[in-house]
Amino acid sequence: MSQLTESAAGFQKPLLSQGSRSILLHVGIVILLFLLYFALPVYHSGNLARILVLAVFAMGYNVLFGYTGLLSLGHALFFASGMYGFGLAIQFIDVVPIVAIIIGLLSAVVVSVVVGILALRTTGVAFMIVTLMFAQAGYLTVLLFGEYTRGDEGFNIHRSDRVLFGFDLSQATNRYFCALILFAICFFLTAWLVHSRFGKTLVAIRENEERARMLGYDIQRHKLIAVIISGALSGAAGVAYALLFGYAGASFAAVQYSILPLLYVLLGGAGTTIGPLIGTVFMFYLIDLSSDLASAYLSSEFASAYMLIAGIVLILLTLFAPQGFAGLLRSKCKWLP
Amino acid sequence: MDFGPYLFVASLEGAITAAVLALTAVGLSIVFGIMRVVNVAHGEFYMLGAVLAWWITSMIAGHPALGFWVAIVAAPLLVGALAVLCDRFILNKVNYDPERTIVATIGLLYVIQQTTLMTFGPEARPVQAPFNERIALPWFEYGESGFQMIWPWGLSTTTYKLFVIVAAIIVLLVLWWVMTRTRIGLIMRATQLDQEMAQAHGIAVNKVYALVFGLGAALAALGAVLVVPIQQAYYLMGSDPLLLSFIVVIIGGLGSVLGTVVAAVLIGMSDGIISVFFTPTLAKILATLLVAFVLVFKPNGLFGKSRE
Amino acid sequence: MSLISTRGLSKNYAGLQAVSNVDFNLPEGQVRALIGPNGAGKTTFVGMLSGRIKSSSGSVIFSEKDITKLPAHKRMTMGMAYTFQITSVFSKLSVHENVALAARRVIRDKPSVVNAKVTSVLEKVYLADRYDQIAGDLSYGHQRLLEIGMGLAQSPKLFILDEPTQGLSATEVEGFIELIRVLSENTTILLIEHNMDVVMKAAHYITVLNFGEILAEGTPDEIRANQSVQTAYLGSH
Repeated sequence: MSQLTESAAGFQKPLLSQGSRSILLHVGIVILLFLLYFALPVYHSGNLARILVLAVFAMGYNVLFGYTGLLSLGHALFFASGMYGFGLAIQFIDVVPIVAIIIGLLSAVVVSVVVGILALRTTGVAFMIVTLMFAQAGYLTVLLFGEYTRGDEGFNIHRSDRVLFGFDLSQATNRYFCALILFAICFFLTAWLVHSRFGKTLVAIRENEERARMLGYDIQRHKLIAVIISGALSGAAGVAYALLFGYAGASFAAVQYSILPLLYVLLGGAGTTIGPLIGTVFMFYLIDLSSDLASAYLSSEFASAYMLIAGIVLILLTLFAPQGFAGLLRSKCKWLP
Repeated sequence: MDFGPYLFVASLEGAITAAVLALTAVGLSIVFGIMRVVNVAHGEFYMLGAVLAWWITSMIAGHPALGFWVAIVAAPLLVGALAVLCDRFILNKVNYDPERTIVATIGLLYVIQQTTLMTFGPEARPVQAPFNERIALPWFEYGESGFQMIWPWGLSTTTYKLFVIVAAIIVLLVLWWVMTRTRIGLIMRATQLDQEMAQAHGIAVNKVYALVFGLGAALAALGAVLVVPIQQAYYLMGSDPLLLSFIVVIIGGLGSVLGTVVAAVLIGMSDGIISVFFTPTLAKILATLLVAFVLVFKPNGLFGKSRE
Repeated sequence: MSLISTRGLSKNYAGLQAVSNVDFNLPEGQVRALIGPNGAGKTTFVGMLSGRIKSSSGSVIFSEKDITKLPAHKRMTMGMAYTFQITSVFSKLSVHENVALAARRVIRDKPSVVNAKVTSVLEKVYLADRYDQIAGDLSYGHQRLLEIGMGLAQSPKLFILDEPTQGLSATEVEGFIELIRVLSENTTILLIEHNMDVVMKAAHYITVLNFGEILAEGTPDEIRANQSVQTAYLGSH
């Protein structure tokens, strides 16, 4: 009897406030990030700008992995497409920044369409390997055209090319708020997406693909669109990284930049809108602190071995907390998006 | 050098690549074939074999050959033991779930690689071959007095290089004998065919898995010990063998030792020969795309029957 | 008029003829049971109707359109619904969301319209009080009901049910028969069924499949009386 009344109540009230609670949470986080800039010392607000851009990358990854259930090992390709689309356009065709940004985004979209069409012919482990291989081919292509990309060394983007609507983005305050605006747009966009009909269908595909197909959903089309959205967000992060920090290099196309978003999302909680941010913040500072400690007390080799931390966290997560932080939180408060 | 002799040298180098690749890829192949685990850290077990070989040879004073012979036995055993621990404490704990094991072995990849960087350092270090006599090779040419044997300058190999090829063949033959003719091989194949059935017949599947994972890693390490007097030990040396092993295993058909060996010879030989015509980067791009396209267009035919 | 029909529909599995040359007509509004011994090709046949299995030859006509080459999801959008032989729900999602996913594909309208549909469907399948429960936590019988609810939410013209009463208790089976009776007022139903009690009570007409071919067709009384059916199928029970 008590169960009955409980579910009858659950039928009316929380449904209404679920949406508003979720909006409140998302707006609250953005306001908090806004205020943090003034509260934090310069060093940390500089880090936070980087974290916000990487969190956008992680949110893009989350659309595919967390919500659609497709584990890609090749998202560095989308990030690098944005980064190099933007960077090379500004370096070699001499366009204004806004045009270069559009070129960067378009190249990420085009690459994700091609990779999506091909890789989605496979599933499971084969999908992981195919995306890994495509990204590896992309990384090697950056090296192959070293004459333009300057390979591993990379190239700097001139300060005069980093001015958007009159704002000089090499200046710390402008840079932070540009990163925050991008983050907020993508954050609200993914929050809206996962509550939409389309997002709920992605979750259905993740949970039981065959059942979703037999409900009449076009699985391949949904997956392809998910790859494109995911690729576009990752590409936007790549563009932003080059624009805000003035550098493009082959290491951003290398395999560890495919692993990092996976790590951020796993750590923060796959299939939650706030997970990617949590994971990125946590991982960033974990690596930052440990390399600080290492260079202070040990040697420079220890400091450069930051991927060791990534490896350990990855193993611990698979073993003990496959749901991540937000997943653990959500098992406490069900309304979390 | 003329083109003919040049190609001959290239194929000899290719045969060495093929021999080492066959060992490494067979290791990856049995792990996937029997356990259905894609071991992304396989290249790091290979690297670890080479680094341990350097460490062991530098520890043991006396004749350089002595250190090498100790290393060729001890390094694969140590790496195999480490792999068994990884199986026990990581893979087994996630129930060999395909996606989670990949993520876990990626983690393992970085842990092994970065720990090596921190302890062994970023330099490439040489290991001395136990013997290394130069052998000049003849070439046949049509001259004034019909076919004649000539000895072109630079056309040569070493006794050690020939030893690598012979050693790989012997190890593969032993492995083949173990897999097909012994009880332990029978148990492994039974586990591969039907895990639950094997369990029902009293086979300790967990032990078989630990053994297989250790064996796979040991084979990679052995390949690396063999190659390290030719190539030097380096903490990033695992990535190329990993890629090539993937190619070989996917093309050769999974779990099939014979298919893997044939593919390894094919890829190893052509790798040596292709690098004559292409830059190494372009060759690698083509290789990665080859793997991707085989998986995309022949997912079941070449990647085994893992999915219905 | 036939809602769905097949002409010469066949399926080979590596030389094995699972379904051979079946001509089948299902008129609109009928409740049809498809019966036959294990391995008679029932699930394969229904799989070719729904598009889960590709046919080797022959054609499928649904609502007067040739759908032989259409993929499964397109057939569903034309007004089919399908429940699996082995229960298949979104086990980590709520009961409500399971049905809403089915309803949303058909109703391209505000969430409130979808919710109204979900509520009415859940009432029909006796699950209204389990609205917020996680589907995987439901009992087996309730999960089967949920699946039927997911089919209903699509307001299908043709509802294909593959062994819906398998594993249900006797009272649940009674409820199911009643449910079919209600549904048949608006929907054509094709039912694969082993439980002869259900078949005789619920079906208007029966098709008997044996070795991939139609052995007999008729009303429940005719089938009960049919000699060859008795020897091939009923006799063996």
